[in-house]
Amino acid sequence: MAIEVELRHIEKAYGSFRASDDVSLTVERGRLVGLLGPSGGGKTTILRLIAGLESPDAGDIFLGGQRMNGVAPGKRGIGFVFQDYALFRHMTVRENIAFGLKIQKVPIGEQEKRVSALIDLIGLTGLGDRYPLQLSGGQRQRVAFARALAPSPRLLLLDEPFAAIDAKVRKELRGWLRQTIHRLGITSIFVTHDQDEAVEVADDIIIMQHGHVEQAGTPLAIYQSPRTPFVADFVGTSVHVPDYTVFKGFGDGRGASGGEGIIRPEFLEIGADAAEMRLPLASEDGIVRGVYFRGDCLQVDVEVKGQLLRGRRSLEKRPLHEGDVAKVFIHRIYTFADGGTRILENAAKREEPVVI
Amino acid sequence: MRSAAYVIPGYRVTFGITFFYLSLLLLIPLAAFLLYASGMGIGKFIFIASEWRVVHACLVSFGTSLAAAVVNAAIGLLFAWVLVRYDFPGKRLLDGLLDLPFALPTAVAGIALTTLYAENGWLGQFFYAAGIPSAFSWLGITIALIFVGIPFVPRSVQPVLRELGPRLEEAAALFGAGRWLTFRRVIFPELFSPLLTGAALAFARGIGEYGSVVFIAGNLPYETEIAPLLIMVKLESYDYEAAAAIAILMMAASFLILLALNGYQRWRVRQQGV
Amino acid sequence: MRKEKDIGSWLLIALAALFLLILLVLPLVLVVHEALARGIRVYLAAISDPFAIKALLLTLMATVIAVALNTLFGLASAWLLTKYDFHGKALIGALIDLPFAISPVVAGLFFVVLFGRMSPLFPLLREAHVQVLFAVPAVVLATVFVTFPFITRELVPVMESRGRSEEEAAATLGASGWQTFWHVTLPNIRWALLYGVILAAARAMGEFGAVSVVSGHIRGRTNTLPLHIEILYNEYNFTAAFAVASLLVVMAVVLLAARNAVEWQAKRGMHHGD
Repeated sequence: MAIEVELRHIEKAYGSFRASDDVSLTVERGRLVGLLGPSGGGKTTILRLIAGLESPDAGDIFLGGQRMNGVAPGKRGIGFVFQDYALFRHMTVRENIAFGLKIQKVPIGEQEKRVSALIDLIGLTGLGDRYPLQLSGGQRQRVAFARALAPSPRLLLLDEPFAAIDAKVRKELRGWLRQTIHRLGITSIFVTHDQDEAVEVADDIIIMQHGHVEQAGTPLAIYQSPRTPFVADFVGTSVHVPDYTVFKGFGDGRGASGGEGIIRPEFLEIGADAAEMRLPLASEDGIVRGVYFRGDCLQVDVEVKGQLLRGRRSLEKRPLHEGDVAKVFIHRIYTFADGGTRILENAAKREEPVVI
Repeated sequence: MRSAAYVIPGYRVTFGITFFYLSLLLLIPLAAFLLYASGMGIGKFIFIASEWRVVHACLVSFGTSLAAAVVNAAIGLLFAWVLVRYDFPGKRLLDGLLDLPFALPTAVAGIALTTLYAENGWLGQFFYAAGIPSAFSWLGITIALIFVGIPFVPRSVQPVLRELGPRLEEAAALFGAGRWLTFRRVIFPELFSPLLTGAALAFARGIGEYGSVVFIAGNLPYETEIAPLLIMVKLESYDYEAAAAIAILMMAASFLILLALNGYQRWRVRQQGV
Repeated sequence: MRKEKDIGSWLLIALAALFLLILLVLPLVLVVHEALARGIRVYLAAISDPFAIKALLLTLMATVIAVALNTLFGLASAWLLTKYDFHGKALIGALIDLPFAISPVVAGLFFVVLFGRMSPLFPLLREAHVQVLFAVPAVVLATVFVTFPFITRELVPVMESRGRSEEEAAATLGASGWQTFWHVTLPNIRWALLYGVILAAARAMGEFGAVSVVSGHIRGRTNTLPLHIEILYNEYNFTAAFAVASLLVVMAVVLLAARNAVEWQAKRGMHHGD
């Protein structure tokens, strides 16, 4: 696969705030990439640097193999969808989308054809003469998308594309955007602080924090082997435990020094009594501290050895109540020794086949 | 400076125009004035500034401006309250007319007010009948300054009051607070800052005001002579140094007012985190 | 907004209306009354007096030049102050506001010092036979000086609240600075610009103090309408003074009405697409 975007050792500071701290990353042609991270982590800065809306203090930006430092935003072949859409309020949908074509002095006839095609693409057929303020949030977002696409950029940049849209419409738009971008085959990078969004929409994810890249890869790869506690924490829900060696199947000198671990809900099996458990002897006793309905399952907060763990339980099973005694089996725990992730499986599981 | 890095074009052009224009119109005249004024030396400056006629003119200017600012604060608060809180016929007319003192040439206001408040004037006759000279007196100056200062307070209070909405009052009413108590304890503290801002702007404007005041002031030295007029008098007798010295006094006063206002607002922001 | 009103509310509204009537409306009525006091023919004679017409023309000329220059400056400085971050930005903002803090009389004095006998420029200007002071150029300069913050002041908050993203969007679509300004920014700020222009025009045509200092009061040459009114008034030619004043009242009321229309349009524009 050809590399469409490459950043090499990008540095960018605003006063004493380091928005980009030695950022290097690549994006392959045709991929839809999610830049994920907490607010203030430097995602938007990266997007603006690629677009040329900011200049790096140091480092190089390549688009399609060409060094782009110092090239004006309009000459980089990018389309940018702003977080607040930045639609031209006094122009109609049609005029907004045509703006880039007008600047490029595309012949009027061709302009009209392209604009009409884009209006159809974004599903706003018949609304071309509306003004942005007469549209819903989702419609505005799609107009911004079409406006950015109109001049046929080779790279589309989207800054928090769903942030300003209400929850229900957001779901629909995510799917629509993913499909549309794949159909067009245009390389795209979008910024988001919402891990669900990144996982659902992106082909690849780049996770950023404090101005540097924590990890890049497919959503599945990142989920399965987070490289840092931060990534493990940020992708999926998880609970930190200060010393994982206290739990059955993880202690007994096997973990040497012991230390901080991260447990995901799906790593837990929570049963009402020993009969429900496959490995009752290897299970911990716990006290249910809270039960919350989560739509397709119950979230169960359970206290084990003074640690509050978070697990899920099927709605089909016997309900648990706050204060109940429960059985908890921990399948695995992430640990972060020596700068890498280790996945510790419960010792009982490995011994199991031997026992039976 | 990272001028080369700006994305939105036009930095150089707009900076150039702004700098050129400011230099030509403001910085060069200001520098010329300060250079000239500094030439007179501190001794001469103190000598002029301590002349009784000058001191008196400044006192008249400050005293009447302060009085007018206080009246403006009260009337302005009333105007702002009525315009934001109530709906009534003619509201838009009231709102529009409020800016009249900004639009009406001061000389026109000056002669109109003088005629209105003179001894045989429409309003002056009542004042004079009561033994109060409403023209060619401190009161007359104050009346003119009230007129030019009218818009400042409402224009500063209105947005804050609108922003405030009726929520605070409703909340206070839920606690059983009476209307007057609610206003005094809940609303007024919120309005104090914009009220002060408006009044300070009116005060500063009053000190420098000339056109609307000269006609009604009477302009008697040691009695109803204001500082800006004294500058004119000194200029007409080619006493440029005295004019410059008085100008310095007035500028210092204006800057101190605005500086104090600025300082107060910064302090308030720090105190309340607003 | 409260719909049902009690006596207290009506009392406040009545009080506000009363103040409005006495403070603002009465002076206007008086101007018209005095202007027409000796009949329509005397009125017409007064306003068609050649000196009055010359003064009117000078006033219009100074106003047009001041507004035109200040529009250019206002656009450039507002663009500079809202689209870029650079060192010294706060200083430029403060300098632009400076004329508000300076008495018009003092502003006039600046130009007297800059171009008068005590100035190093004076011999050069005399050599070149250029008369600035006590001539039309100084009148225009003084008018420009007192009005130059108005347009910037109106534009900066509007442009600030709109942010930079529309301009950045235009930049990513390849628009040049001029294209961005013309197609993207200007349509967004046109009402604020018009508003600022109207305020500046109102102030420019009515400026008295600054112009009074630099003009030399030469009838038919350096007299603006406000100065002409002063001369007539001081000659006890009250009817003529008020007749000329009525012209300025009409201009002020027209500008005020335009101001309100613009404000209304701008508000309406916020709710619709345009």
